[in-house]
Amino acid sequence: MPLLTWGCAGVQSATGGDGVQGARFNGLFLIFLIVCLIFYVLVIVFLAVALVRGWRARRRGVEPRESDSPIRPVFLGWVALTSITLVGLTLASYFADRALAANGASGKAVVVQVTANQWWWDVQYQGAWPSERIRTANELHLPVGRPAIIRLHSNDVIHSFWVPNLAGKQDLIPGRDIDIALLPTRPGLYRGQCAEFCGAQHAHMALDVTVESDAAFEAWRAHQLAPAPAPATPLAIAGYAYVTGRECSTCHSVAGTPASAQVAPDLTHLASRRSIGAGTFPMTRGYLYAWVADPQGAKPGNHMPVIGLEPHELDAVVAYLETLR
Amino acid sequence: VIAPRTPRDGPELTGEALGERLTRTWSRRPGFLGWLMTVDHKETGRRYIATALIFFVFAGILALIMRTQLATPESGLISADRYNQIFTMHGTTMMFLFAVPVMEAMGIYLVPLMLGTRNVAFPRLNAFSYWIYLCGGVMLWVAFLLNIGPDVGWFSYVPLSGPEYSPGKRTDFWAQMITFTEVAALAVSVVLVATILKQRAPGMRLDRMPLFVWATLVTALMVIFSMPSITLASSFLISDRLVGTQFFNPAEGGDALLWQHLFWFFGHPEVYIIFLPGAGFVSEIVQTFCRRPVPFYPAMVLALVSIGILAFGLWVHHMFATGLPRIGYAFYTAASMTVSIPAGVQIFCWIAAIWDGRPRFTVPMLYAVGFIVTFVIGGLSGVMVASVPLDLQLHDTYFVVAHFHYVLIGGAVFPLLGAFTYWFPKFTGRMMSERLGQISFALLFLGFNLTFMPMHWTGLLGMPRRVYTYPAGMGWDMLNLASSIGAFIIAASVLLFVINGLVSMWRGAAAGANPWMGATLEWATSSPPPPYNFAHVPVVSSRTPLWDGEGALPVATGLRVDDRETLLTTVIDAVPDLREPSPEPTIWPLLAGLATTALFIGSIFTPWAVVWGSIPVAIALILWFWPKDREPSEEPVMR
Repeated sequence: MPLLTWGCAGVQSATGGDGVQGARFNGLFLIFLIVCLIFYVLVIVFLAVALVRGWRARRRGVEPRESDSPIRPVFLGWVALTSITLVGLTLASYFADRALAANGASGKAVVVQVTANQWWWDVQYQGAWPSERIRTANELHLPVGRPAIIRLHSNDVIHSFWVPNLAGKQDLIPGRDIDIALLPTRPGLYRGQCAEFCGAQHAHMALDVTVESDAAFEAWRAHQLAPAPAPATPLAIAGYAYVTGRECSTCHSVAGTPASAQVAPDLTHLASRRSIGAGTFPMTRGYLYAWVADPQGAKPGNHMPVIGLEPHELDAVVAYLETLR
Repeated sequence: VIAPRTPRDGPELTGEALGERLTRTWSRRPGFLGWLMTVDHKETGRRYIATALIFFVFAGILALIMRTQLATPESGLISADRYNQIFTMHGTTMMFLFAVPVMEAMGIYLVPLMLGTRNVAFPRLNAFSYWIYLCGGVMLWVAFLLNIGPDVGWFSYVPLSGPEYSPGKRTDFWAQMITFTEVAALAVSVVLVATILKQRAPGMRLDRMPLFVWATLVTALMVIFSMPSITLASSFLISDRLVGTQFFNPAEGGDALLWQHLFWFFGHPEVYIIFLPGAGFVSEIVQTFCRRPVPFYPAMVLALVSIGILAFGLWVHHMFATGLPRIGYAFYTAASMTVSIPAGVQIFCWIAAIWDGRPRFTVPMLYAVGFIVTFVIGGLSGVMVASVPLDLQLHDTYFVVAHFHYVLIGGAVFPLLGAFTYWFPKFTGRMMSERLGQISFALLFLGFNLTFMPMHWTGLLGMPRRVYTYPAGMGWDMLNLASSIGAFIIAASVLLFVINGLVSMWRGAAAGANPWMGATLEWATSSPPPPYNFAHVPVVSSRTPLWDGEGALPVATGLRVDDRETLLTTVIDAVPDLREPSPEPTIWPLLAGLATTALFIGSIFTPWAVVWGSIPVAIALILWFWPKDREPSEEPVMR
C-alpha cells in the first residue's frame, strides 16, 4: 500500500531514493512490506474463516471442541513459519546495514562540517587550505556521484540530521561528534529537517539541499569563496553601514566586512539561498522584510531579537541584504 | 468484647446470617470519613479506574487540539510553546496517568475476585498507592493549567530538559510526577504480586490461574524491575536541575546518552506493561464468548513470560540513530524481532479458540476481534522499525506515531474497552447497552483507522514527529486532514462510550451474578460483590471452575467471621497454608500520602524539603504501623 508513495515522493521523502542509502531503504522496505502483507492476509483470512466456522457451528448447536491436539501440528507449523521468516528478515536487515556502513568511504569525498544550533544549521566546507574554507547556513550543496562526509556536531541540545531523499538520520548529541556519509545519485533540490525534538522551534529547523553536477558545484563553491560584494546604491550603502556597525554585527558575520561574529548564521551570500530562517520563509524581498522587521513573528522563541528598526533603516538593511548574492 | 456465638463460617453459620455477620466485619464506616479510610480493594480499584479514565479523556482532548492545529499547514491556532506543552502532556498523561494505572487498577479490582479471596495483600499500601497517584496527576495538571506544564516531550531528553535549556520549573513538575507514579506503581505491583502468589483459592495451582491473572503477575514483576531505572534517571535529572550535579552534562564529564539508556530501559518494558494486561483481557473475553478455553495454555503463559523477559533486552531500538556501534544494533534488531514469536503464538491461540469455539458477537467480543485486526498491523510495522536501515528513515516520523498507536490503542485500548464492557456488570450490577456499545465500537474502529492509517504515508513522505506546524506543498496536507477528521470520530465514540457507561450505571438491565456465563471465580459472587467478596472461600480443581459440572461450587470453610481474615495458600500448588489477619480501614494511608505529596512538591523548589518534609512522612508512617491498642480477640475454639 505505501507503494503509492513512490509516485508522489517529494523533496523530503524517505521513498525518494535519490542517494545510495535512500535507494537501499526502498529495496529493503519493499521486502519487509511484501512479507508483512502476506502475514497480515494470512492472519485475517484465518480469523475470518474461524469466525464464520464458529458462528455456523453455534447456529447448528454443536458443542465446542475442548481438545487442543487436532490443531497441534498447525500450531507448531505457525511458530516455525514466523521464526524462520523473522530470521530471514533479520539477516536481510543486517546485510543491508553492513552495506550502508560500507558506503562513502571511497573516492574524492567532499567534507562538510555541519553544526546544529537551536534552531539552525551552521555549514562549513573544509578545503585543503584555510583560505578554501567556506561558511554558509541552512543549505548544503553536494556534487552528484561523489561521496560526501558530513561531520556532525551539536552546540546545544540533541538534534538529528535527516535528508530523507538521500539517507537515514543521524543524531547530533552534545559531546559525541560523529560522521555520516552520503552518496547522492540524482541531481535535484531536496529538503532536510531536524528529526529530534530540540525545543520551541523544532518545527522550523530545515536544511535546503542542492545536488548538482560537479561543475555546478565547483562554480558554487568558487562563488561562495568570494567575499560579499561592495554595495553600490545609496540605500544599500546605508544598509551596509547599519549591518556592519549596529546590532546585526554582534551576532552575524559578512565576509569581507567588519561584521565577523560567529553566533548566528553567516550572511555573506544570504540572498543566494533558497530560504530564510532555516526554512521558515522562501527567499523573497517581502519575506526578507517580514523576517528582519519581526523575526519573532513566524518563528517565536528563536534567538534573533526584534531590533525595532525605523522604516528607513529597514529599507536600507533589506536593500543591502539583497545584494548579498 | 462480646464473643460471637458462631465464630467461623462453616457448617453452623451459612446463608443470610453468614452474609450479615461478614458484612459487619468487612464493611467500612459510612460517611465521607469512612470513604477516605477504606481499604477495600474494590473501592480502591473503582477509584483508580475512574481517575485513570478521566485522565484518558483529558489527554484525548489534548489530542483533539493537536489534530485541529495539524489539520491544515501553517495553522496559527495555538503557539509553538503551547503545542509543545500539549504534546508533552498528551504523552505523559496517556502513558503515566492513564495506561499503566488503569491496567493495574483493573488488576486491583479483578484479581482478588478471580482468585477467590476477600481482599488484596497489603490493602493499606494499596490505598496509599491510589492517593499518591491522584496527587501526582493533579499536581501535573494544575501546573499545566497554570501554563507551567512540561514542554520537552514525555521522554524529556537531556540536555534539552536540563537546567541550561529548560530554565524554570516546568520540567521539574514532569520529573516529580514521575516520582509520584513510580511510588504508586511500585506499591501496587507489590500488592498484586503478593496477592497472586499467596492468596489463590485452594486448588488454584499456578497452571490453573486465569490468563488475565498471569498477565497481571508478569506485568507487576515488570514494573518492579523496570521502574527503578526511571527512578534513577529522574532523580539524576532533578538533582542536576536543583542542586547542580552534572550527571548529564558532557562538559563536566557527564553523558547525555546515559539518560536515553536509563529512560528506555524503563520505557520499552513500559509498552509491554500496557500491552500484556490487554492480552489478558482478550484471553478472558475470548474464553467466555467462545465457550472454550484458549488452547495451548502452557504456550500462552510462556508467551506472556517471554515477552516480559524479552522486553528488557531491546531498549536500544529506540536509539538506532544515536551512533552506537553497529554490531550492537544487530543484536537489538534480532531481539526486537523475536518478540513477534510469542505475540504470534498468542494471536494464533485466540483465533484457534474462535475456530473451535462457538463465538457470540457481543460488544466485548467485537473489541477482541477489533483488537486482533488492528494490533497485528502495529506488530508488523514494529517488525519494520526493528530493522536498523528502515528505522533510520522511519524513526521520529509519523510512521512511528502510526506504529505505536496501532500497538497501544489496538493492543491496549480496544481490549480495555472490551474488558470494561465485559466486567461492567460485575462493577455495577448492571449491563451496558448493547446497541450503544456496538455503535461506539464501530465509530472507534472507523475513526481509529482513519486517524492512524494515513500516518504511515505521512511518515514515509518525510513528516517528522513533534512539529507544531508544517509547510504546505509537501504532500502531507490531505493525509493530515484525514487524520484530524478521524480523531474527531474517535472522540465521538469515546463520548458515546462514557454516556453508555453513565446511563447504564443508573438504568441498565440488572445483571445477576454471572450474566455472560463466564468460567472464572469473579462470576461466582454477586454483582456488585459484597464487601467480603465470597461468603466461603471457593475451591477449584480446573481452569474453568464455573463450567465444571452442575450444582454449587465446592468451598473451604473455617475462616473467622468476627475478624478480618484471609486464607493464604502455597505459592505453586495453592494448598491451604495460613490464616492471615487483614488490616482494618484507617485514615493513615491518606495522611501519609498527603505528607509524601508535600515532600515531593516542596522538593521541586528547595532541597531542604527532603529534610523537613521527611518528618511528617515519618510521623504518618509510625502512626500507620502503630500496634493496635487492642489485642486481637481471643481465638475462638470450636466446641
